[in-house]
Parts: sequence; structure tokens; C-alpha cells
Amino acid sequence: MLSAPLAPPAMHIPDGFLSVFVAVTLWIVTIVIVAIALHRVSADLGERQVPMMGVLAAAIFAGQMLNFPVAGGTSGHLLGAALATILMGPWAAIIIMTCVLGIQGLIFQDGGLLAMGANIFNMGIVGVIVTHFVYRSVRALAGGKPWGIFVGGFLSAWLSVIIAALVTALELALSGTSPANIAVPAMGGIHILIGLGEGLITVGALAFLYFVRPDLLNVGEAKPAGASVWIAGLVVALAIALASPLASSFPDGLEWVAEQQGFLHIAQSAPYQIIPDYALPGIANKELATILAGIVGVLLVFGAAFGIAYARRKDRAPQAASRTLN
Amino acid sequence: MHHTIQVHNLVFKYPDGTRALDDVSFTIAPGEKVALVGPNGAGKSTLILHLNGILRGEGQVRVAGMEVGANANLPKIRAAVGLVFQDPDDQLFSPTVFDDVAFGPLYQGLPEKEVRARVAAALAAVHMQDYAARVSHHLSVGQKKRIAIATTLSMEPEILVLDEPTAGLDPRARRDVIKLLRELPQTMLIATHDLRMVAELLPRTLVMDQGRVVADRATPALLDDEAFLLAHGLEKP
Amino acid sequence: MHIHFLDPYHAGRSPIHQLDPRVKLVLAVAFILTASLLPFGAWPSYILLLALILSIELLTEMGIAYFLKRAFLALPFMLAALPLIFTVQGTPLATFTLGAWTFTISVEGVERVASIAFKSWVSVQMAIVLASTTSFPQLLAAMRALRIPKLLVAIFGLMWRYIFVLADEALRLLRARAARSGARRDAPYKTGGTLAWRARVTGGMAGSLLVRSFERGDRIYAAMAARGYDGETRTLPLPALQTWHWLVLGAGLIIYILIWLVGALIV
Repeated sequence: MLSAPLAPPAMHIPDGFLSVFVAVTLWIVTIVIVAIALHRVSADLGERQVPMMGVLAAAIFAGQMLNFPVAGGTSGHLLGAALATILMGPWAAIIIMTCVLGIQGLIFQDGGLLAMGANIFNMGIVGVIVTHFVYRSVRALAGGKPWGIFVGGFLSAWLSVIIAALVTALELALSGTSPANIAVPAMGGIHILIGLGEGLITVGALAFLYFVRPDLLNVGEAKPAGASVWIAGLVVALAIALASPLASSFPDGLEWVAEQQGFLHIAQSAPYQIIPDYALPGIANKELATILAGIVGVLLVFGAAFGIAYARRKDRAPQAASRTLN
Repeated sequence: MHHTIQVHNLVFKYPDGTRALDDVSFTIAPGEKVALVGPNGAGKSTLILHLNGILRGEGQVRVAGMEVGANANLPKIRAAVGLVFQDPDDQLFSPTVFDDVAFGPLYQGLPEKEVRARVAAALAAVHMQDYAARVSHHLSVGQKKRIAIATTLSMEPEILVLDEPTAGLDPRARRDVIKLLRELPQTMLIATHDLRMVAELLPRTLVMDQGRVVADRATPALLDDEAFLLAHGLEKP
Repeated sequence: MHIHFLDPYHAGRSPIHQLDPRVKLVLAVAFILTASLLPFGAWPSYILLLALILSIELLTEMGIAYFLKRAFLALPFMLAALPLIFTVQGTPLATFTLGAWTFTISVEGVERVASIAFKSWVSVQMAIVLASTTSFPQLLAAMRALRIPKLLVAIFGLMWRYIFVLADEALRLLRARAARSGARRDAPYKTGGTLAWRARVTGGMAGSLLVRSFERGDRIYAAMAARGYDGETRTLPLPALQTWHWLVLGAGLIIYILIWLVGALIV
């Protein structure tokens, strides 16, 4: 019942699913954005926020254990990017989600290491930015009335999950590890439902906070200036959310996929064509190479076994010595 | 007539193989008020979590005439056993006192009129009838404790199981909780370190140590046996 | 009952445990990079990677079964790659029709899916080796040495400290909810409430976890400030790398490059 303390793996990309091109590009983008976020957070918030962000990252991690039964043995979970953004603002939320996703990948193998840049990008950066845009827009529309908190919370949480999933699917398609015309509508469709759970839990949490610690939600604060910009953001976000799955399910979508795969072909083959004709002499055919690989493999395992025996013998000597002393 | 609680040869192992409960057996008759004492880590909280199937070990646990092992019985057992946790903040997770006390009846699917009646009755029983609209988080620890008890009373349980009901309370709040526990008619099992309360309130005591029940005696006789208390990390009050 | 067994680190004295955490982190990431760089269908290289990771697992003295069992974590994600057996163009392997649709499985598609699964499988094994033989404080020290910003490392460290505390808190919340999720004995009613109500209750639990975390964060700051914390995290640096560490690092990287060459040039 309580055996799965980790988040659902639906969106944590494991290693092996992203091409190096995609993974490294997203690592670079992520590093730049996280560096900016770190700069902004230490400038704006001060040292008091360091323990706060650590504890909140732990709380988001633990909060992902909280679930509720939906139907047929499935359950709704919390991802938490939206809550973190609403409570701490976008920059701190990016850092909090970076820590959550970093620990999940590094310690619990929930998401890969090379793929971590992408996972932080999808859930920690895209999720946070979408939430920020949508939530602030709705709050501004509501003009400081409490409904803005709840409607904004629901919409931002829901959309942040859907759009993060769509971005994930596009990355897989770009890596050639999932066909775009299937991955995009499938991931989008599933996460339209999963996102509903995220939205409802987020509203529940906001309701609790609204009663208990309204100060954390800056109740009453609204920025009417610039509302049009935020509304535009909301419209764009909605358009992406609704249009992507539709687009790729139309026959025309297949042309787009073909284009992507053409691009993919170029992007992927490049690293291997650096030294195209210099095959190593003697192992030019595949069968021989496989046999050779097998032999080297056996040698490696044998070497490891030898290493253990050697290490054991070295360990035993001091233990024996200490035993005689006792 | 069935026993209210019947535990037979219960064993529970942690994933690493440690025996948190080691061959635990006892029975509690309807209406009895029993203390469960023992040092930290003796297995008291683990035992309590078995009484409504949150943890399941090997052996037999029957509560209110139902087998805890059977999945079909679980919802009924959870309504029959009111479990009051040590930290009321774990139990009070709704915005208002009303929502928290209404959780059990709402989960049971009762109609709105009955939910309201149950909440009113439960709050009256713990003398907190004026607090329905309040925010649980902002109450004092003693008040939270009483609301936590009310959240189980609203399910109309046969049995109340409480984990450390007096821990962390100031003397007056402690006195209020003891008074309240004396008033409640349910069968009770109370895990506690508060032996003064045990002497005052609970005629029978189970002593646990290292996952085993090492004594099951009348409270006055047990509290006179200073050597035994000392051997199990307890002190005569 | 606490959930400290969440921590995958297993204390030990094997050569892998004793390897410097900086070297281990770099070699683990480089291994995964090598696997990812290999083209689809480079089976000789895949076998070498598998042999290498199995050897390393042997060296940890923890038993290969432990790693293989945990390595199935990434399996559900294979669902995303599975449609490739139909969509990748190439030599047809089998064709079947389902209503108006005709599906053709291609050899290239099967090979690509198998390649993705294999790369993912060996990569996750390396990640498990890293996590189970390196304690978290060691990983933090390695991150610091690898120039990850101090502020981020400090937040990682605080987060790790409180993960178990808060996971316990979440577990207790779940238990308290389960304990009251009952049904009447003469139950004529449908239990469980509505979906939206269940979600809202779960949200309340998340909210209560967050509020308590905010309060805890304030208390931690007070406790840190009371001991002279001024925003700067000071730690003792790791000792300088010894010659044998550099040798292991160099040898590891050379092996990876050779494995990559085998895959990139021959296949």
C-alpha cells in the first residue's frame, strides 16, 4: 500500500532514451537557467531562504508520496512544480525542482543522469514557467479576489503537467526513440488526465494554505499592470496544449514528423562520420567483433573476480591482527 | 460474545528482518480500559497499526469479531477502531475542524444530515462544539488532541486506540484529556509513558519490551513491582 | 516505523566503495555517455558495456542480483519506444491487420527498440552502482569538487537531511487517512466520497506537509543562525587525488573510448 514512495515514472526520462545531441543541449540550457536562478535567488531572497528551499524540496519530494485512488487500481499523484512556483516564485521553484529531480535521478534512478538535464528542463523549468505565466495571469484577471488563487492554481497545475509531457514527447521524438505521431498525442492525452489530478490536489493544498497561512499566498496582491502580457501567455500556453496533440493526429502531422526525422538523421549520424573509413584492421566484420567482445568481456569478469579475491585477502589480514589483540 | 480485540501469535518483521513484533498474544474484552506501556522502540506503535490493518504481520488479529487479515473486512474494521495518532498534526489535514471531523462519515458515504449530526455529537463529546469553523492548525496542542479524538468518535467506533494521548501537553491540558478519556464509554487501549495516568485511569496494563509482551497484569500490582518496572526501562510514578 | 531503508547506500569496503567519489561520479556519467553515444545496433560494444558493468557489480561485493533486480526500474518507460517496431522503415519482419489498419514490424524497428532497452538497462545499472556504493555526503563533496555552485550543493545537503523526516511525516499522514477510511457495518452507502473530494483531501495533506515544512524551515534557519551561519557553507575539501585515482580515471576513460570506437567504426 505504501510501498511506492517515488513519483510515477511517466515523465522521468531514463538514460538511453535521449540522443546525446538532445541530452547535452538540454543540459546546457538547464545549467544556464539554473545558474541565473541561483543568482536571482541569492540576490533577492538572502541566506534565510537556503534552509527553506532545502526543506521545501524535501517536502515536494515527500509530497509526491501522497496519492488518492482514481479507478481500477490507478492513483493520482502530486508532481509539485506548480505548488513550488505559487509559494516561492519562479526562480526559487526552479532551484527546488532541480534539487528534487537531481536526488530522484542520482539516488533513486527515477530518471537518468545524462537525461537529468532534460528532466530538470521539462518538469523543473518548463513546468515552473508555465505555472508562473498562467497563475499570475489568472490572479491579475481576478483582481485580488480569492477565486484567482484557486482557478489560477488549478489551471496552472493542469497545464504545467500537460505541457511538460508534450515537451518530453517532442524530445523523445527528436531523439528517434519514440515516433512523434504516436508519442505526442499519447503523452499529451494521458497527461491531460494526470494533470487533472495535479490540478485538484494543488487546489486542495491551496485551500489548506488559504485558511491556515494566507500570508504564504500573498492574498490580495495583484498586479493589474502588464495583465495583457500574461493573458497572451495564457492563450499561447492553451494553444500549445490543445494544438500539439491535434496537429500530430492529423495526416498532415506525418509530414512534419518526416521533416523531424530527416533532421534527426543528420543530427545523429554526424558524430560517427568523423572517421568514416578508418576501420580497425583485423576486426572489420561484425561477427568477429562480437566474438572478440565476448572474449574481452569474459576477461573483464575474470579480472573483477580476481580483484575481489585480492581485496578480500588484503582486508582479512588487518582483521586477523586486531582479533589477536582482543 | 466476541472479544473486542484478540491478537494471537502476531509476528511483524521489518524489511531488514528485525522482529518489531515477536509472538504477541492478548485479548481485550468489551468495555475494558487497558494500558500499553514499554520503552521507546518496544513495538507499541507498530502493534497499534496492526489493530486496523494498516500494517499486517503473520499471526491472527481479530477486532470486533472480524478477521483483520481479510481485505473485505478492512473498511468495516477501520470504522470500528478509532485510531488516535500521537501527533495530532498528522491527523488534522483539512482546512477546518469541521472538515477533519467530517472526514470519516463522508468517507463512509453517509447522507449530509447524518454527517452534520455526527460531527456535532463528536465535537460535543470532546467539549469543542464551538470550534467547528475554526482552523485546526491554529489551535493549542491540547485542543488539537481533543479534535483528533473527535475525528475518530464521528465514525462511532466500538474501540478507541490512542498513541501517547498526553505526550507534550501542559498539566491542565493533560488533566482535560484524562477527564475526557474517563467520560468516553468505548473499549480503550492506550499506549503511553504516562504511568501516573495509567494508575489513575486504566485497571489493566500490558508491558512490551523488544517486540514482546512481557507482562499482562492488574495495574496496581504491576506498579508495585519496582524491580520489574526498572528491568523494562520504566519508573514507578 | 521509519522509512530509512529508502536510502540505497550500502556501507562496504569493496574497491568500488573506496574509489574516490569524484572519480566515481565522472566515470559513471562517462559510462552512460558512452552508452548513449553508441549507434543503434552496435551489439559488440553493448556486450562489452554489459561485461564491464557486471565486472564492476562483482567488485562491489554486494551481489549482482541486487543490481539486476533494481535495474528493471526504467522498464515501464519502454512503452514510449515500443511503437518504433512499426514506424521505423526497413526490412519487413511480420505484417498483421487490425480492422482497417495494417501493421508492419520491421527488423530495423525491432533492433532499434532492443538497442534503446539495452542502453537504458546498462545505464541504470551504472547509476545504481554509483548510488549504492557512494554515501550522500561523499556525493556532495564530489559535486563541490566538480564546481557545482556551493549554494545548490548546500540546498541538496539540507534536502537530503530532511527527506527522511518529511517522508515519515507523509507516511504518517497517509496512515491517519487510511485509519479513518472506513465503512459502516450495515453499509448501504457507497464509500470513498467523490473523486474531487478525495483529491481535495490529498491536497489538504500536501498543504499541511508544506505548512509544517515552512515552519520547520524557519526553525532550522534559527538553529543555523544560532551557530553562526551567515549564508556561506564552509566544509572541509576532499583530499587531493592520488596517483592511483588518476590511473583508474584514465584507464576507465580509455576503455570507454575503445568500446565506443568498436561500436562506431565497425557496425
